[in-house]
Amino acid sequence: MRIWKTILAAAVLSLSADAAFAARADLVIGIPLEPPHLDPTAGAAAAIDEVLYANVFEGLTRIGPNGEVLPDLAESWTVSDDGKAYTFRLHKGVKFHDGTDFDASDVKFSLDRARADNSVNAQKNLFAAIDKVDVVDPATVQVTLRNAQGSFPYNMAWGDAVIVAAESAGTNKEKPIGTGPFKFQSWAKGSSITLVKSDDYWGTPAFLDKAEFRIVPDAAAAVPALLSGDIQAFPFFDPDSVAQIKDDPRFKVVIGSTEGETILSINNKKPPFDKLQVRQAISYALDRKAIIDGASAGLGLPIGSHMSPASKDYVDLTGRYPHDLAKAKQLLKEAGVENGFKATLKLPPPSYARLGGEIIASQLRDVGIDLEIIPVEWAQWLDQVFAKKDYDLTIVSHTEPNDIDIYSRKDYYFNYDNPAFDKVIADLNLTSDEAKRKVLLGQAQKILADDAVVGFLYELPKVGVWDAKLQGLWENAPIQANDLTKVKWSE
Amino acid sequence: MSAYVAKRLATAIATLVLASMVVFAVLEILPGDPARLMLGMNASADQLQLLRDQMGLNAPLPWRYLHWAGGLLSLDFGRSYTYSVPVIDLVRERLAVSLPLALIALALSTVIAIPVGLFSAGRRGRAGDTLAMGTAQLGVAIPNFWFALMLIYVFAVWLRLVPAGGFPGWSAGAWQALRSLLLPALALALPQAAILARVTRSALIEVLNEDYIRTARAKGLPYRAVLWRHALRNAMIPVLTILGLQFAFLLAGTIIIENVFYLPGLGRLVFQAITQRDLIVVESVVMLLVAAVIAVNLIVDLSYAIIDPRLRNRQ
Repeated sequence: MRIWKTILAAAVLSLSADAAFAARADLVIGIPLEPPHLDPTAGAAAAIDEVLYANVFEGLTRIGPNGEVLPDLAESWTVSDDGKAYTFRLHKGVKFHDGTDFDASDVKFSLDRARADNSVNAQKNLFAAIDKVDVVDPATVQVTLRNAQGSFPYNMAWGDAVIVAAESAGTNKEKPIGTGPFKFQSWAKGSSITLVKSDDYWGTPAFLDKAEFRIVPDAAAAVPALLSGDIQAFPFFDPDSVAQIKDDPRFKVVIGSTEGETILSINNKKPPFDKLQVRQAISYALDRKAIIDGASAGLGLPIGSHMSPASKDYVDLTGRYPHDLAKAKQLLKEAGVENGFKATLKLPPPSYARLGGEIIASQLRDVGIDLEIIPVEWAQWLDQVFAKKDYDLTIVSHTEPNDIDIYSRKDYYFNYDNPAFDKVIADLNLTSDEAKRKVLLGQAQKILADDAVVGFLYELPKVGVWDAKLQGLWENAPIQANDLTKVKWSE
Repeated sequence: MSAYVAKRLATAIATLVLASMVVFAVLEILPGDPARLMLGMNASADQLQLLRDQMGLNAPLPWRYLHWAGGLLSLDFGRSYTYSVPVIDLVRERLAVSLPLALIALALSTVIAIPVGLFSAGRRGRAGDTLAMGTAQLGVAIPNFWFALMLIYVFAVWLRLVPAGGFPGWSAGAWQALRSLLLPALALALPQAAILARVTRSALIEVLNEDYIRTARAKGLPYRAVLWRHALRNAMIPVLTILGLQFAFLLAGTIIIENVFYLPGLGRLVFQAITQRDLIVVESVVMLLVAAVIAVNLIVDLSYAIIDPRLRNRQ
């Protein structure tokens, strides 16, 4: 009889000890959109990176929580004096999740595959400068560029540039095989994707044993899912629903910045928008504060050019065009359209566009510009506005990081063409020195503001909501990702 | 009897063929390029052309229709553009959620509505009837997504009896799966039950005024027997019609409830496919739903004949 008591006591003791010492190691994260497939090198959908970036797949370099370029599979790299040859030294003892070894030949395979003629990589331009990739030895790769490209290490940090193995590249869409601290476990289509800790990870192991990404498309469903404890984190939460959560001590609401410059795009070749005064008048007529309040629940920082306020290269140009109706009217008069004119405003589905569009239409009406609002779906927007450039004005958030160079692209939908700006971007490509890049990026921002190429509105906020006991999730979104490598439960 | 069945079958097949043409044509005129949507804003023209070739989007329209329709006949629905897996697999996965959900909701709706209808018809104009029909009126008026949210707040957030949403899959165990379908089924069933109860009541009242009911009562049958054996059977035709329509609605029209409970059902598959211009999925699923609606109507038509022998002999 006595022995039973002892066993029972021991059992109770060990149970309670377990409860007290074993920190929780599982996490359910809510994401709004389901990835169409799980291969970051074969699609533009941000949802792919939101699940896999840094967790399952790794690149030569990676982007850190504040947008900095960090070493990843490459432990270090050197650049030749002419800026054209990059030599990457790779970590040794790295294995893919299927047990095969990672070495320099996988890097060559991945980069050659991404830039091949038949590649369907959504960001092929990241690899456009590559002339050839050479395997020096199993732990060294040399990449030779056609021309110097200062942003090359940054480009290699994108999700589209992750390293895949020749053996598994063809099946990554369904069963992703990477080198990261988490490996793919299962995908219940339409419902959830589950990752588990990889036991033979080469670097610092993850704290979590298991992470499930659950797809919750409806913002109204996110709040009860949090409150009931079913889901413990929504890294990308709907700003309008924050009010219901923010006073609850069980949760943390973290407002950070994205790389999403939300702008009123202008067709620069279409009269009367080809006149600088008209575009400047629009900039003077916009009241950014009212737009942020109405379209983004008061969250989000105003911008004066195409750069995130969270970036180290940011120059504050929000004072370039203060809200000034008299000035706007005067400029319209100088442009010869003092009696106003009619134009269209095409709005894609996101609420920042649909809500922001109403506000902007009413603000521009105050200076005599009469906008007809045309709501469009994404597919229509991409087709009419982006591809065919059949538009006057539109509102869209450019969520790609560090994408100021889009203004120098030929045939881009802004129809903007300024040789002085193109020169700055060309110089930028030849510069890898951080201080010099900062100066050039400052010049680029200023030219765009002076030319009032588009109406710069605000930086899309990143609103994250998660359990107060959860640590290590990103505050900002320098890229669209949910890096779980440092996430853990406190206590 | 067989002539009746043959005629119904022929109508069903003709409807199906016509519907397939309309569905295909409408979706093909829809603006938006699936390739552009998949590759995003940075894709070049060459890349787009390449992907369109890979997806078979460059072939002429009639050829693509025949290819697609021919595939449907052999149950080959093609491959999803976005998921790049066979559409039939996607549909099968989603049906594992939508079909049980629709059936549970339909069962709940019937179990609630028929007794309420009988009760009300028997007490026409009295307090019980007024109360029951008032509640039913409320049930019709309340939007089901709002009702769903209330259910979530009470049973998931407050009482924590069931999950707030999501579907763990049947592999997690039948009980776990059923638990997560309970609230959505209830949210779907209640407005349907309200409608069904009202229809049952009015159909019964109409029948109860018929001469044969008075005859049955006059020959000494107890009221209960008259209600069940004579009245209910004759009132079944409008009730069955509504039930058939409701099943079709529950199978196809649950997008909103699936969103509120983030269930991976058929409705959300279509919704997502439309926004991503995954036309092959939209076309195939819509056709499947059309086929389901036609099949349900056919079954309802045939069951009329079972309930009402007169229909069998009229050709």
